[in-house]
Amino acid sequence: MNLLIKGGRVVDPSQNIDDSMDLLVEDGRIKEMGKGLKAPAGAEIIDAAGLLVTPGFIDMHVHLRDPGLEYKEDIVTGTRAAAAGGFTSVACMPNTKPVNDNKAITSYIVNKARNEALVNVFPVGSITQGSKGESLAEMGELKESGCVAVSDDGRPVGNGELMRRALEYAKGMGIMVIAHSEELALVGEGVMNEGFTSTELGLKGIPWAAEDVAVARDVYLAEFTGSPLHIAHISTSGSVRIIRNAKARGVKVTCETAPHYFSLTDDAVRGYNTNAKMNPPLREAADVAAIKAGLADGTIDAIATDHAPHHLDEKDVEFNLALNGIVGLETSLPLSLQLVADGVVDLKTLLEKMTCNPAQILGIDRGTLQVGAAADITVIDPAREWVVAAEQLASKSKNSPFIGRKMKGAAVYTIVGGKVVFKR
Amino acid sequence: MPFKHKDIIGLQDLTREEIELLLNTAENLKEINERDIKKVPTLRGKTVVNLFYEASTRTRTSFEIAAKRLSADTINITASTSSVTKGETLSDTARNVLAMKPDIIVMRHAISGAHHYLAQRVSCSVINAGDGAHEHPSQGLLDMLTMRQKFGSLEGLKVAIVGDITHSRVARSNIYGLTKMGANVFLAGPPTMMPPGIERLGNVTVCNDMREAVADADVVMMLRIQLERQGKTLLPTLKEYSRYFGLNNHVLQLAKKDAMVMHPGPINRGVELCSHVADGDQSHILKQVENGVAVRMSMLYHVSGGELATE
Repeated sequence: MNLLIKGGRVVDPSQNIDDSMDLLVEDGRIKEMGKGLKAPAGAEIIDAAGLLVTPGFIDMHVHLRDPGLEYKEDIVTGTRAAAAGGFTSVACMPNTKPVNDNKAITSYIVNKARNEALVNVFPVGSITQGSKGESLAEMGELKESGCVAVSDDGRPVGNGELMRRALEYAKGMGIMVIAHSEELALVGEGVMNEGFTSTELGLKGIPWAAEDVAVARDVYLAEFTGSPLHIAHISTSGSVRIIRNAKARGVKVTCETAPHYFSLTDDAVRGYNTNAKMNPPLREAADVAAIKAGLADGTIDAIATDHAPHHLDEKDVEFNLALNGIVGLETSLPLSLQLVADGVVDLKTLLEKMTCNPAQILGIDRGTLQVGAAADITVIDPAREWVVAAEQLASKSKNSPFIGRKMKGAAVYTIVGGKVVFKR
Repeated sequence: MPFKHKDIIGLQDLTREEIELLLNTAENLKEINERDIKKVPTLRGKTVVNLFYEASTRTRTSFEIAAKRLSADTINITASTSSVTKGETLSDTARNVLAMKPDIIVMRHAISGAHHYLAQRVSCSVINAGDGAHEHPSQGLLDMLTMRQKFGSLEGLKVAIVGDITHSRVARSNIYGLTKMGANVFLAGPPTMMPPGIERLGNVTVCNDMREAVADADVVMMLRIQLERQGKTLLPTLKEYSRYFGLNNHVLQLAKKDAMVMHPGPINRGVELCSHVADGDQSHILKQVENGVAVRMSMLYHVSGGELATE
């Protein structure tokens, strides 16, 4: 099946392209880019006038909950949500049940995804066995069976020596370590950011220092071992500063943030809104400003959603009892485009954090419209206005703080390997 | 003036006029507690459910007596004897209680915001008898009533609140109430027990040294230190706490001559309060308990739509 995408504004940061042109897809690959391309016989034509045509988005941090927690999400519904949000590839975290710490689980994910997923699924294995933080997982076999990185996401590797060894060992195996940097002793029983809002609500706070202290440790361990390190979901101004400084002195560290950390503050918790409860927690206005500055100056390499579906029963409870996390795949695109509208970043800078940067960090062959590359393409209507409605989310779970919020910008075609997997 | 709220979750949500109304009504109802036959028919036919997820003697008993003196039927559900121990959620418990058609649920819960959650899900009135470290409005009201009885007005009073402010719902309710009524609130406690931004909750002054807060105070309110709740990292020892943040006669002398000493109870004798002070002439602790019944009668009355009893 061939495809001609005509007349769109093609923005591909990997090739430094931002121009009105056509894109021809043949046999699942990019065949040709240029102006006034002719459609081969039988090709489907997408009129992209007024639309953006970009490399398919890559979300390097999602929770598909499969295997074991399919009541929240599974590989089919999770990738359907991804497609609806314009994502053509997702990297799924290993905190499934059981934990993805061995090749049997990885193979299950890879096989199920191959047969049933709507978008590319790249599994992330665990750093330690069972993500218990006690001994290293079999990173060599994880990589060989399809994992693109290792992470104990959801919990930190508390033992500094073990983290050091994980970085050293992973470097030898050629697999990226993704750190969930958090000092649990400082988190204590905290359930939201520590600040004026937690004081007012009478909720136990999580100080920003709980993140910064751990980010600093992990950055120093990366520097010490000379190993590459990616830090997940940074939320504080301190994390931005630590990573900016580390990059300046040549440490091989990259990081991501999530749309909620530049779109919301801990004010969203008011009313004891459990859909504003996540880890790390929503922070304060100064942190939001620092995250935006970090996106603008390149300190923050990637935007990842940390898509964390939970069943209504796990959110419709007293605040302290609610589980951490929100769904994010279907709201990331408009929230991120808002950064361009607000003049925080230009479109190309934004898109590199959603396409080629995560591809490069994970070492996957995606995130580009180069001729010959897999035809993973997102076609976006940047002017389309819509309101987030729970019943319209493709995800099995509806735990979003953005329900009811007016959004601008939506994926209208999501194309994976030349095949339209989502159309709006 | 009618009381417009279905629920009383916190003093943060009430205006100065509404607080005055609740206090004035309490003052009027107080007389019932002195009668031979301590019962009026005001809430006859109404059902009040006391749903207590946390241990309480004073507050639960006080709400129960208050309801009974107004002729309401009362039912007590405590966490240890209910299906809560079988893992029932608050939402399900609430639905089941509601199916029995109560008019008012009085709840105490260890988690801040539990009442907010409950009030959104039930049609009957919800009165907060304490939620986590958030609010304890009946305590705030009875404290203010006790102060008003002595001073006539709260306007311009200096009130020192000393202890673990971070974990105290009593402190928060008093801060909201007192600052709305024009009192000047001074807080003192170790920095490990002083939450960030507390001075922005109302116009309050945070003091490092307890003596600064107590100096020339009209009221010294001591909070209970709960080591079991607060963990071991916040304080070296109770002995040291007592030395720097306990109220004894020596420190009390810094306050105004006839300053009131208050405590929400239960007291840790020899920790935050020495026995001389707790049992001394300036102590109003039992008066607080006495006023608690009248204040809770007033709260039950007003959430039931009562309009009587302004001055």
